[in-house]
This record gives sequence, C-alpha cells and structure tokens, in this order.
Amino acid sequence: MLIERKWKKWIFFYLPMAVFILFTLFPFYWMAVTALRPDAELYRTWRQASATPFWTLHPTLEHFRELLQTTAFPHWLWNTMLIAIVSTAISLICGMFAGYALARLKFRGSEFLGTAIFITYLVPQTLLFIPLADIIRDMQLGNTPWALMLTYPTFLIPFCTWLLMGYFKTIPKELEECARIDGATRFGAMVRIIFPVAIPGILSAGIFAFTLSWNEFIYALIFMSSAELKTVPVGVVSELIRGDIFFWGQLMAGALLGSIPVALVYSFFVEYYVTGLTGSVKG
Amino acid sequence: MVAPAERVRVSRLTLMLESEKLLATALLAPGVVILVLFIAYPFVMALWFSLTSIRVGVAGEFVGLANFAKAWNDTIFQTAFKNTVFYTFWATIFKLALGMWLALILNRHFRFKRLIRASMLLPFIIPTVLSAFAWRWMFDPTFSVMNWVLFHSGMITDRLPFLSDGDWAMWCAVLVNTWRGMPFFAITLLAGLQTISPDLHEAAALDGANAWHRFWHVTWPLLLPVTLVVVVFSVIQTFSDFQLIYVLTGGGPANSTHLIATYAYQVGVASGLLGEGAALSLFMFPVLFAVIWIQLRYMKRMEGA
Repeated sequence: MLIERKWKKWIFFYLPMAVFILFTLFPFYWMAVTALRPDAELYRTWRQASATPFWTLHPTLEHFRELLQTTAFPHWLWNTMLIAIVSTAISLICGMFAGYALARLKFRGSEFLGTAIFITYLVPQTLLFIPLADIIRDMQLGNTPWALMLTYPTFLIPFCTWLLMGYFKTIPKELEECARIDGATRFGAMVRIIFPVAIPGILSAGIFAFTLSWNEFIYALIFMSSAELKTVPVGVVSELIRGDIFFWGQLMAGALLGSIPVALVYSFFVEYYVTGLTGSVKG
Repeated sequence: MVAPAERVRVSRLTLMLESEKLLATALLAPGVVILVLFIAYPFVMALWFSLTSIRVGVAGEFVGLANFAKAWNDTIFQTAFKNTVFYTFWATIFKLALGMWLALILNRHFRFKRLIRASMLLPFIIPTVLSAFAWRWMFDPTFSVMNWVLFHSGMITDRLPFLSDGDWAMWCAVLVNTWRGMPFFAITLLAGLQTISPDLHEAAALDGANAWHRFWHVTWPLLLPVTLVVVVFSVIQTFSDFQLIYVLTGGGPANSTHLIATYAYQVGVASGLLGEGAALSLFMFPVLFAVIWIQLRYMKRMEGA
C-alpha cells in the first residue's frame, strides 16, 4: 500500500468528499425543507434576516395535504407507475428475445440488425417528437396510456437488447447443448435454461428501464392532455404552476413524493442498477 | 396420449422453430416492429414534414428547403444553436472532470462506501424535471437561498441574477446538468478504475512517480476506452436535452436560453408549425450522426483488435 500522511488525507480525500456529498444531496434536502415549511416562512425574501433558512421550527404537512386533495397527484403517481411497469415489461420481453437471437443464432443480416438496433439506442426523443405526435394521433392512441406504453419501448428496447445480448454471450454454450441433447427444443432451451441463468442481467436491464421510464418527460408532455392521465413530471409542471404563480410548497411536496417510488426501487436494487448503468456503455 | 393430428401440428411448429433463421425472425419481430413503427417511420416523416408547410390541421404543401433556410436566418435559432453547443461543451467538460475526480475518491477504501456511492447516484435516478424544480427554487430571484447565503456571508451586496439574465442562466443550466450527469460519469469510470490492477500503481510509485504522474501515465490511458463511450453518450443526451431548460427558464428571458430542442418544441408544438418545428429538430441530426459514426467506428476497431 502507498503510505499517506494524515493532513494529506484530509485535503485530498475527506474535504473533497464532503463537498461532493453536499453538492449532490443539498437540492434534495432543500426540496424536503421547502415541502415541510409553512407558507408564512416560505416567502421571506433573501435580504430578510430570517432566523432559520436551513430548517424550520414549524414543520407542517399542509402542502402534502393540499397536493393530495386538490390535485390529481394520486392519479399521476398511479399512471407513472403503471406506464413504467408495462413499458419495462414490453421492452424486457422484446429485449430478451432479440438479445438471444443476436447473441446465439446464425442468420443473414444479424450484424446489420445489431448495428441498426444500436443506432436506434442513440436516437434521442427530441429528434422525433413532432411527427411521432402525429402518428400517435392517427393511430387513435393520443391521450391514452398506450401512447406512452408503446413509445417508451423505443428507447428501452435497444438498451435492453444490447445489455442482454452481452449477458447471453457470457453464458457457456454447453449449458444449452446439454439441454438440447436431452431433447429440448431451441425455444425451450432458451426459455427454460438461458433465461433463468440470465436473471441478474434481466433484473439490471429492468431496473434501469424502469428508472428511465419514470424520468421520461417530452412524450408524456405532448401525448397526454387530460389532467387525470398525466404522469408525475408532466402533472407537476402543468398543474402546479397556474398562470405565473408557482405553488412552491406543493411543487416541492410533489417532487418529493414523485421521487420516492423510484428512489425506493433503486435502493433495493442498487447493485443491479449499477451493473445496468455500467453495462449500458459497454460497446 | 396426444391425438395424432395434434402431434403433427405441434411438431411442425417445433420443426419450424428449430430452423435458426425462422426462430431468429420470430424472436426479433416484436422489437423490430416497435422500432420501425415508432423510430424509423417517424424519422422518414420528420424528413417529409421538414420539406412542407404542414401545420396543425393544415396539410400544407411542398416548400423545398424553405424551412431550413428560414431557421438558418432566424436569430432566435442562431442563439439556440450557439446555446446548445455551449451547453454541451461546458457541461461535458465539467461532468468528465468532476466525475473522474469523484470516481478516484470513491475508488478508495472508507467506511459507509456502499451507502455513499449509492446516494451519489441519486441526482441521476430522480426525474430531471422534479430535481430541476428544486434548483429553480434555489435560483429564485426573490427567495433564493444562494443569494441569502452569499449576502449574509458578505460576499455580495446585491442579488445575483441567476435565471433572469441570459448568460447567467446558461451557466446555471450547465451547473444543473453537471450536477445531474456527474454521477453517471463517476460510477461508470469507477467501474473502469476497479479493473485496473493496484500493482501497476505500486510499480509506478516505486519508480518515483507522484500521484499526478500515476494518474496521467497509468490510469488515464487505461480508462480511455470507457471514457470515450461515456462522453459519446453524454454528448448525445446533452445536445438533445429538453427537460432541464424547459423547467429552469422555459427558453427565456426573451428567448435567450433556448436549446434546439426547446425551440423546436415552441415552434412545432406550442405554435403548431409542424414543418418548421421538424426542420429545427433535424438540425440536431448532423451532430448526432457524427457522434454515432465515431462511436461505431470505434466499436469496429475494438472488435478488430
């Protein structure tokens, strides 16, 4: 081990680490404090010597109550959850099938298809949203959850396919061959032998896809118009700002509540998420 | 016992799926259908829209490159394009530098390592729109906590115009984007760092290399492949960003902080000029194409090596 002096460790390790933690987490702390602060304390200008800007002595759940009672927030939460789960499921199934085909089967054009799927992986949503809105309208899908459940897979399938293809390639071929000798069909061997072995990879892809769906904004903003059908990010933007007035207490309460489900899912599967994240950039 | 007729049917399907070609077709079909329907087809339509004067409810007619010419001479678009390049350039530099630094810190041994690493990724997990609101509230002209801190510590006498001045607002957007994207860099680079053998560092240290030299001559070259891929992803995401500016400034004040995507939204969706909006977003295409091309070339070379 390289030996390090104590003062050096403080300057090059503890201090930067503390600054990074503060920088990373302060906005979330500020979200929470704002959501719990009564309005009377909230709207004090920056020049006033308000005694406690960083905490509050009168915490209140008023903003949460207003948010849940006067807006469709519970609906938004439910919509976001449902859409994230369904689009993740669709993408995982498509990704598992396509990933397996690209990793294991020999057919003409497999290299071309792999490259094509990789390219779609890199196409951002903001390139295509205008014609896509038109297509969604033509298909009578506008303002229905299916508009999002079918379009979110466009950025999830390429990622899932790519990640799972890499994962399938690491599974020894012998495993399948044994099953085939025992009389399993190709399809059967894939479903009963390969997929169960690949569960960690599938979980990684699924968690990552779930967080991406939860984060999506522009499609949800354009395709959904009824207040009841919106997702959390869109609902918060369009319903909690009335005219020029920002309801900051409710906004922050909404931001907090809208972040909790995805943060919970993440916290249970951190290791899988990290594998998905680092796998997502492996060429 | 299975009836004979049924057995024949089952075995025929089974036989078909035994052919690699047919099985591959069946397995790839669902994904490819979705991608063709919602990526390839809209892309062709975007090209067509951009050549016509289509508006919401009006079919429009072929106008050649008029939409592109109009955008080219539009001062708001020129600003938006410059902003997009500025935003992408600086945010990527900061994300790379800070992410690398954070990765090097996280690569050491310390207590609560897993907890700290997990919480460092939070900005990347939490929906951007929601966290961008927290930042907007911190930048608020009247109630800004940052102005409060700076004022009460005597560093400023008047408030800083975080989002009310175009130049300031662009730097604020770079800051928030860096805050959000830094963990992605840090965690992927950390994964790369963990594959580097500590022996290399010890050998270099024995040869008298100091910490900076060890980073520059050992760590950096070994991390270069991962770094390149992460930068490519980040450039694409940042160049095509929409959410952050939409929430922080909405393109204002006076259209000075638009990105290509937010301006295309304003023209194409808010004003309903589909043709012009499609042309505006297609201006992103050459840059994205170049980046993707570099990435593909690089992947080919890696496979060859």
